[in-house]
Amino acid sequence: MQAFDLYAILPELVLLVATCLLLVASVFVPERVTSTPGVEQDIFHTPRGVGFVYFFTIILLVYLVFAFVGRMGDPALVAMNGLFQSDPFSNLLKACSCIAVLVSLIYSKQYLMDRALFRPDFIVLALLALLGQFVLISGANLLTLYLGLELMALPTYALVAMRHSNEKSVEAAIKYFILGALASGFLLYGMSMLYGVTGSLDLIEIFKVVADPRVNHLVMAFGLVFIVSGLAFKLGVVPFHMWVPDVYQGAPTAVTLMIAAAPKIAAFALLFRLLVNTLLPLLGDWQPMLILLAVLSLVVGNVTAIAQTNIKRMLAYSAIAQMGFVLLGMLSVFDDHAFSAAMFYAITYVLTTLGTFGLLMALSRKGYDCETLDGLKGLNKKHPWFAFIGLVMMFSLAGIPPTVGFAAKLGVLEALVDAEHTFLAVIAVMASLIGAFYYLRVVKVMYFDEPAHEITISGSGFAKGLLGINSVLVLAIGILPASLMSLCLDAMRRTLLGS
Amino acid sequence: MILSYAIWTPIVFGLIILFYGSEKPTAGVRWLALIGAVLGFIATLPLLIHFDIANPGMQFVEKLSWIPRYDINYYLGIDGISVWFIVLTAFINIIVVIAAWEVIETKVSQYMASFMILSGLMIGVFCALDALLFYVFFEATLIPMYIIIGVWGGHNRIYAAFKFFLYTLLGSLLTLIAMLYLYNVTNTFDILAWQNARLDIVEQILLFAAFFMAFAVKVPMWPLHTWLPDVHVEAPTGGSIVLAAIMLKLGAYGFLRFSLPIAPDASQYLGPFVIFLSLVAVIYVGAVALVQKDMKKLVAYSSVAHMGFVTLGFFLFSPLGIEGGIVQMISHGFVAGAMFLSIGVLYDRMHTRQIADYGGVVHRMPAFTAFAVLMAMANCGLPATSGFVGEFMVILAAVDYDFLIGVLAATALILGAAYSLWMVKRVFFGTITNAHVEELKDLNAREYFLMAVLSICVIGMGVYPKPFTDIIHPAVINLLQHVAVSKL
Repeated sequence: MQAFDLYAILPELVLLVATCLLLVASVFVPERVTSTPGVEQDIFHTPRGVGFVYFFTIILLVYLVFAFVGRMGDPALVAMNGLFQSDPFSNLLKACSCIAVLVSLIYSKQYLMDRALFRPDFIVLALLALLGQFVLISGANLLTLYLGLELMALPTYALVAMRHSNEKSVEAAIKYFILGALASGFLLYGMSMLYGVTGSLDLIEIFKVVADPRVNHLVMAFGLVFIVSGLAFKLGVVPFHMWVPDVYQGAPTAVTLMIAAAPKIAAFALLFRLLVNTLLPLLGDWQPMLILLAVLSLVVGNVTAIAQTNIKRMLAYSAIAQMGFVLLGMLSVFDDHAFSAAMFYAITYVLTTLGTFGLLMALSRKGYDCETLDGLKGLNKKHPWFAFIGLVMMFSLAGIPPTVGFAAKLGVLEALVDAEHTFLAVIAVMASLIGAFYYLRVVKVMYFDEPAHEITISGSGFAKGLLGINSVLVLAIGILPASLMSLCLDAMRRTLLGS
Repeated sequence: MILSYAIWTPIVFGLIILFYGSEKPTAGVRWLALIGAVLGFIATLPLLIHFDIANPGMQFVEKLSWIPRYDINYYLGIDGISVWFIVLTAFINIIVVIAAWEVIETKVSQYMASFMILSGLMIGVFCALDALLFYVFFEATLIPMYIIIGVWGGHNRIYAAFKFFLYTLLGSLLTLIAMLYLYNVTNTFDILAWQNARLDIVEQILLFAAFFMAFAVKVPMWPLHTWLPDVHVEAPTGGSIVLAAIMLKLGAYGFLRFSLPIAPDASQYLGPFVIFLSLVAVIYVGAVALVQKDMKKLVAYSSVAHMGFVTLGFFLFSPLGIEGGIVQMISHGFVAGAMFLSIGVLYDRMHTRQIADYGGVVHRMPAFTAFAVLMAMANCGLPATSGFVGEFMVILAAVDYDFLIGVLAATALILGAAYSLWMVKRVFFGTITNAHVEELKDLNAREYFLMAVLSICVIGMGVYPKPFTDIIHPAVINLLQHVAVSKL
């Protein structure tokens, strides 16, 4: 191991060591507030030291965000004998997923406390999943990618199952686990075919071999089909989307946020690493597959979402449709702007998702989960500021200016028109029109209807303030998207030039 | 910087009202809104004072880089076509704020803030010279309007709010694709540069169709007009005033900024088709207005018919026709605003808009009747009211273009007189049959002021339209020069 190897993986090492230490330390730290009356105690996991773990996790994540932001100017580094790469692309995405997990934890704290789920193991599992995302985002070898993917997925399965007294959660966990394992199998099978053809697991080596016209195209295309299917599972796009609504609905909202936010960034990174970094020469093969997946997702996601009354389920179908847009962003022309629109889309989608689920958790309280449209009824009458947050999030998801969702959709549509897929762009906007209906319905429920239930806002002042900042950011980046756009563009360009 | 002040003054005031006014006593909010609206109006006045009539190009230009990745700029500028609409928008905003003074009692701060923000956004549409900036302003207006209809609207407000939003979104999304296509061809979002871009006839027709979808829905042109009556009926008075006076003009303005100069050959080619649609709007929708039982619906259909005149004038491709169309737009802003205000005045007292519930209002509200009859006269284009000027110019141009079209257009004056005067007869004159009409009180000082100001505008513009046509004329000539040059 060389010195720069250590430098490249330092943040991951810090995260790994800190996570292990926190797990151990939490056992020895006595919890100051022992138990809140009325909360059922879990005999296996008495919440010990959770305050301590939470506090240090926040510090750790803030440190990591700064570490990655500080590295954004660095050139691409390949470390650990070509297993791991730290390039501008990965630094930007890792900073984003780190922020996403940090914000998710802050939003979730009160929600989890009310449900006796605020435990050290929850936080440690979230951190492990984050570590998996880091490894995945930085993978330079098929094995590293696979390792990262599994490290990201396994803690998440456990998180979903954490509310083990709830049937829906358990069902969701089992479904998620089985389908996730199946998808991993697909991916692995595809990877093995690539290995068989190219004789290498190294992304750059594979790229070189694939570009060679003498190599067996049929086997590679076959492998590609499996890889794309596996990716589609992980992204949750049609026709591999069945798990998404059940998991979103079945998991506690805090866990849904853990699945809905940061992992989308990692899934985008996986898409990029495999299809662009590795299989770019097969562009003509994978782009038609993505077109099919994207169009199906946009149509099925948006149409099915209309029929939902459960907001989490609706947001799941919305996520399917939004991922369709990310896939469309991958169809851009390979020039020096390539794929940055998709990256911008993924990042801003996560920002909006954080706010949406943050709001749902703020509206939940002990013994009540805000999950149906009824729960939002008349929010504007009682809490205009939170209704406004919901309004901003919904219009952003619908892609109405001046929110960030519009800037993101603009980028993807521009890329499509640029690539002479104008007809696809028309399909995409028509699907967004259908989508606008159910986002508008949420706004309608909040603004036009009379309150049906008691509405309370839970959560610390810090979480509420952060939620406010979140919504202001969705507006502010929507009005002035230039800096984030150029950040994505710059990271993407330097990464593509570097490899 | 004048244009930026005109756009951002109302928006900033709207945000201040939104964030600080929610729990405060409502009187403060109302005064704050009024101050903001008046300041916003004052901010637009330098545009008229310093406007250079001799210059047919863009004036008061501001240009800042906004999204360099796509070469999108914060690029503002106005010519003779847009300047009056900016002033009109700011003016109508004051009317709306005052009109809501005692009427709106729930969520006053949100109501006022929505209208302030909406006003700023609409001014932005008229100023934008960058297509994407135009689009952002154009689309963003949907959000406050959706809230206005849905929160303060009538019984069926939710249906109306959805119909309004989705209908308009349908059109504008296709326009977005057209804009991206043009960006791809020209590598810029500069509208003025687009006007010089070379495009073949198929491209032009497709672009024209895409733009047409957005603007024809907004105008609205027959057969895309069905949302307007539904929305007008459900919207609160202020919403109806803004919708009729300004929002419909965004669509017509879009024709002048985008469709005609960017796709001139397609415009010429499809001109007869648009003229046909406009004539249907003028005659058929005018006839539909005749049989309405609800006053708001009647005025809504009459708006569609009047906007048919506007599009008819535009696609005659003569200076007189286009100027007539623009004058008609401004005039309709005053007249339709006043008509909806009048209906609001009656509705606040009687809580019904059915014509059959009225009759003999003149016996109890003589001052109000005088104003309302004046507005009805302006609506049917009586000489010496603003309604006459624009319609007359368009009919002259139509006769010049084709005698038959002129004749058909002129029948609209008869239809307009028929539905306006018949409504006046049934509502204001005759004997009192409804006991509630017996208890009506005449205008209070606030309503009197509003009606008087609008009446002055209507008569002033009708008697002396020269300041309007003088400013509009050079810009229209400039536009027609663009349209005359083939881009093939």
